[in-house]
Amino acid sequence: MPMIINGGQAPVPTDARVSLLDFVREHLELFGTKKGCNQGACGACTVLVDGERVLSCLALAVQYEGREVTTIEGLGSGGALHPLQQAFIDDDGFQCGYCTPGQICSAVGMVEEVRRGVPSYVTDDLADTEIELSHDELRERMSGNLCRCGAYNGIVEAIADVYAEQGA
Amino acid sequence: MIELTYARASDVDDAVRRAADGEGRYLGGGTNLVDLMRETVETPSALVDVTGLSREIAPTASGGLMIGAAARNTAVAEHEAVRSRYPMLARAIVAGASAQIRNMATVGGNLLQRTRCTYFYDNDGSRCNKRVPGAGCDAIEGFNRIHAILGTSPACVATHPSDMCVALAALDAVVHVRSVSGERTVALCDLHRLPEDRPDIETVLEPGELITAVELPAPNPAERSTYRKVRDRSSYAFALVSVAAALELDSDAIVGARLALGGVAPKPWRARRAEEALRGQPAVEATFLNAAEAELADARPLPGNAFKVELARRTIAAVLGQLTEEVRS
Repeated sequence: MPMIINGGQAPVPTDARVSLLDFVREHLELFGTKKGCNQGACGACTVLVDGERVLSCLALAVQYEGREVTTIEGLGSGGALHPLQQAFIDDDGFQCGYCTPGQICSAVGMVEEVRRGVPSYVTDDLADTEIELSHDELRERMSGNLCRCGAYNGIVEAIADVYAEQGA
Repeated sequence: MIELTYARASDVDDAVRRAADGEGRYLGGGTNLVDLMRETVETPSALVDVTGLSREIAPTASGGLMIGAAARNTAVAEHEAVRSRYPMLARAIVAGASAQIRNMATVGGNLLQRTRCTYFYDNDGSRCNKRVPGAGCDAIEGFNRIHAILGTSPACVATHPSDMCVALAALDAVVHVRSVSGERTVALCDLHRLPEDRPDIETVLEPGELITAVELPAPNPAERSTYRKVRDRSSYAFALVSVAAALELDSDAIVGARLALGGVAPKPWRARRAEEALRGQPAVEATFLNAAEAELADARPLPGNAFKVELARRTIAAVLGQLTEEVRS
């Protein structure tokens, strides 16, 4: 069974060693997803699998046979940017841009987690599934994505803007 | 090149059969094993993917909860029964790793994750008894700020990195295990072993044994519980010290307490001496500090981590104080 990548099909590699990150970049030549630390510490390689954010550097491609993988290239539609991509531009959510695809994929997955009511480390009441994406919640939930330029204020602003527009 | 095969287990029988020769490694979300393979710390010849096995979270006949070993960390933390009846566990899980990693990591894998001691990871440049038995330990005279103060040996001072396991230790969780020769259960507190002179042997599991589920006993409704983690940054860092605590009070007296520590020992550290020192005593700070000191009396700090003794003492007392206030309010 092939993997579904950004709506298209791709056979998974026969070598079990190939990470999902290397598969996407080197085999499929989708270079949007970035290799930062390659050890699960920076979040630059974040992609969505069946809508959930994961680290592609710690995933073996062979494990994702038949699954639906979305990279930054698959977020927009018909040449139009995803609202978060536009918001990152409008709100100066990056300087060098290296962490940006991971930040945006992560934020897309994060918003779904909030809508589902997944608690975070800073959620006061665990019984509460109507989570308000406060500044503290947003920062905590995005803490798996590092930005060495320190564009965090713009990143938080971009995500908060789109989230506020779309509502929870 | 190291040969590597991959197979997806269709069910538990299939999984244990494929790993029966002891050569294969069970693969969960990969968040630790893939990293260790990349660093050549782990060099398995066969991977048996067990992420397709049970991830069900279901009530047990005795009022507890059975969690399939393939359940993702996020799925456990967001489960209604975990949030409402085992808040300590939900809190511990969301204190660990990042959201991306929690979406990948399985419960079984979390139990078997390996230390983040930097010397253990440094295959090229450092000696490590856990990697190569008898090679020596470069952590003991090296940078050992993050290392253990309890349960260590002259061979190894590494910590167990899990947050989830600390809560499971305090909750008296039971681990269900299968192999080709049958099934058995192991108390979570007995799953991991202390390093002694064989730090490479980290659990009591036999080669080929597979963790299939983690069972939580029925919660004590009279208890108040929580998990607190102290780390170098406010998110996405391993614990320097963590405390899982449950407290039951009868007016001002402590009926019972369950306490486990993370970040300070080679295994999730159930603090039974502290529990003993708390039982029947008044719920005041002096009692809490006394209990913490009882547990930490055998601490063997290293030059770089002596601060952990005081940090653990204060964190234990602070968490017990917090729970006492919550019970009273």
